[in-house]
Amino acid sequence: MLSFILRRLVIAIPTIILISVFVFTLQKLLPGDPVLAMAGEERDPQVLEFLREKYRLNDPIPVQYFTWIGNALTGDLGISLRTNQPVLELIGEKLPVTIQLATMAMIFAMVIGIPAGIFSAVKKGTVTDYVANVVALSGLSIPNFWLGIMLILLVSVKWKLLPASGYVPLSEDPLRSITVMLMPAFVLGTALAATLMRHTRSAMLSVMSSDYVRTARAKGLVERKVILKHAFRNALTPIVTLTALLFGELIAGAVLTEQIFTIPGFGKLVVDAVFNRDYAVVQGIVLVTAVGFIFMNLLADVAYVLLNPRLRKQ
Amino acid sequence: MVQESDPLPSPDTGSDKVLLEVRDFSLRFRGAPSDQINHVNFSVSPGKTLCVVGESGCGKSVTSLAMMGLLPAGAATIGSGEMIFEGQKLDLADHTAMRKLRGSRMTMIFQEPMTSLNPAFRIGDQIVEAVLAHSDASKSEAEDKALAILKRVGIPAAEKRMRDYPHQLSGGMRQRVMIAMALVNDPSLLIADEPTTALDVTIQAQILELIRDLQAETDMGTIMITHDLGVVAEIADTVAVMYAGTIVETGPAERIFNDPQHPYTIGLMSSIPQLSGPRGRLATVPGMVPTTQNMPEGCRFATRCPFAQPICAKEPPLAPLEGGHAVACHFAPLETHLEQSA
Ligand SMILES: Nc1ncnc2c1ncn2[C@@H]1O[C@H](COP(=O)(O)OP(=O)(O)O)[C@@H](O)[C@H]1O
Ligand code: SF4
Ligand SMILES: [Mg+2]
Repeated sequence: MLSFILRRLVIAIPTIILISVFVFTLQKLLPGDPVLAMAGEERDPQVLEFLREKYRLNDPIPVQYFTWIGNALTGDLGISLRTNQPVLELIGEKLPVTIQLATMAMIFAMVIGIPAGIFSAVKKGTVTDYVANVVALSGLSIPNFWLGIMLILLVSVKWKLLPASGYVPLSEDPLRSITVMLMPAFVLGTALAATLMRHTRSAMLSVMSSDYVRTARAKGLVERKVILKHAFRNALTPIVTLTALLFGELIAGAVLTEQIFTIPGFGKLVVDAVFNRDYAVVQGIVLVTAVGFIFMNLLADVAYVLLNPRLRKQ
Repeated sequence: MVQESDPLPSPDTGSDKVLLEVRDFSLRFRGAPSDQINHVNFSVSPGKTLCVVGESGCGKSVTSLAMMGLLPAGAATIGSGEMIFEGQKLDLADHTAMRKLRGSRMTMIFQEPMTSLNPAFRIGDQIVEAVLAHSDASKSEAEDKALAILKRVGIPAAEKRMRDYPHQLSGGMRQRVMIAMALVNDPSLLIADEPTTALDVTIQAQILELIRDLQAETDMGTIMITHDLGVVAEIADTVAVMYAGTIVETGPAERIFNDPQHPYTIGLMSSIPQLSGPRGRLATVPGMVPTTQNMPEGCRFATRCPFAQPICAKEPPLAPLEGGHAVACHFAPLETHLEQSA
């Protein structure tokens, strides 16, 4: 198992290098001068030149890349051009907010999506199955921003049940923190619930026609046990893998939802950094996201092995 | 066309008790234009083996799954017939009652030992689960039972094997585990659907011998489904020959082998000259089994029968001859008819 994880980590290294080169190059090709963005109204050529020197923007691009990646390896992702804060510190501040949002969204997605998927597989071809699929498709098709705004109007403005926006750190007031995030997490979770439901349904359908499920019935087990134990245990592998991958996507995809509910998370950080040509922050974010994604992938692979007795021994 | 539904004289096997009797059973898959299983009759006695033999696709598995209540829900409708098991009429629509019988009174093993065990659970646990599904034994009592039956079916180092996952066992061993799981609750009927087809020849013989030994010990009735006449020759007390969803001939094994009457059975038998002869496969009758889409009216064998006559457009009843032997052919017994026409 350990050697398996090590092997996967070794494969991850070229992936991360490739992503870092790609991001760096693309960033340099974009129009817009960060120094101008930084200097604001100031147009004195000497000041601009001083800034260029300070942030080493005059070096040849390959040199800039190696300086950046070398520092990144020591945990130094540079300084934000805009706020003068270290990038890593910025990310460290915002990431937990988004992880909390993503985790809550994922819980919503699993609690809704997995049982619905099992149910519609068991009821395949019936009205129940049909209705569940229509609901799921709607869940996928309704844009998050619309659902978010409607929820705010209904739940916050009309019924005054939950706050419309804002953020309270988990460490400050856990209950309030979770309450405030319920609505955005629900909005983010519904689309995922639909994806999860459809994958659960198809995974369940494929195992439900297997020989061992027939054996479970031939033993005289009650149907609940046949479905939830013998079938679901084998459908679990693709579901867990998908969940891990979706979670990675969630972190990256929370941007819009964070904007609607004005949550000061990762998404807001990305948007601000891009609009202000804050290179160091954008690059840092992409690098951290990529590493996170690779980590979730690794987690998915490990789960895959752990769930399969056949692979576990090797 | 309605087939004669008088109960057949019970085959002359030295036992007049009947464990399971299937009478006039018909079944049609949803959307099919004709019945897949067509007025089928057979019976099994305690401690005896009935072999259901026929080409692939003739409906052997469908019949056995229907008896166990294991056909996919809504896939088929039952047109006629009844099943009497241990003196009681089975109600296939009563799912709870059928579930309680399954795995305890009537059990089944399948053709595919490689995929019939759940890959995610230890084999010991899978057998324990079968015990617990039908009794309120404690976990450790169930484990003792599982261990004993694993030993009985010849799993070496059974204590250790209990903790193995299916992929750690060979095909033959997995089929032994399936047999153990099927027998752990002392069933009175075992349905074995081609249990040796997927196995090597030497393993096949061992598994057959195991089933025969267990049967002798427990007085369990067995329905052995096969397309291998070698298997039939080895273990059958009575035989039911199935063709395109109908039983065309049934009777004691010696009579079927020594004096086959139906043209289809005769075609099959010509491939194995004597009981101890080499194994014959059932591909020796020229032509193909008709499907429910192109089922001939009347005798379903007519499209391949060398003796077919205009009268064969009428469905021949499964008519009793002497000695528990019955044949569904207008020209049985064949000798008399051949003499008459000579
Ligand atoms: N669920 C089903 N729906 C429709 N047709 C089926 C179904 N299961 C089996 N059949 C058909 O029934 C026929 C008999 O199959 P089967 O009983 O498996 O034959 P065998 O004698 O080889 O065991 C086949 O032609 C098969 O296609
Ligand atoms: S009834 Fe006719 S077609 Fe059918 S087996 Fe007999 S002779 Fe052949
Ligand atoms: Mg079959």
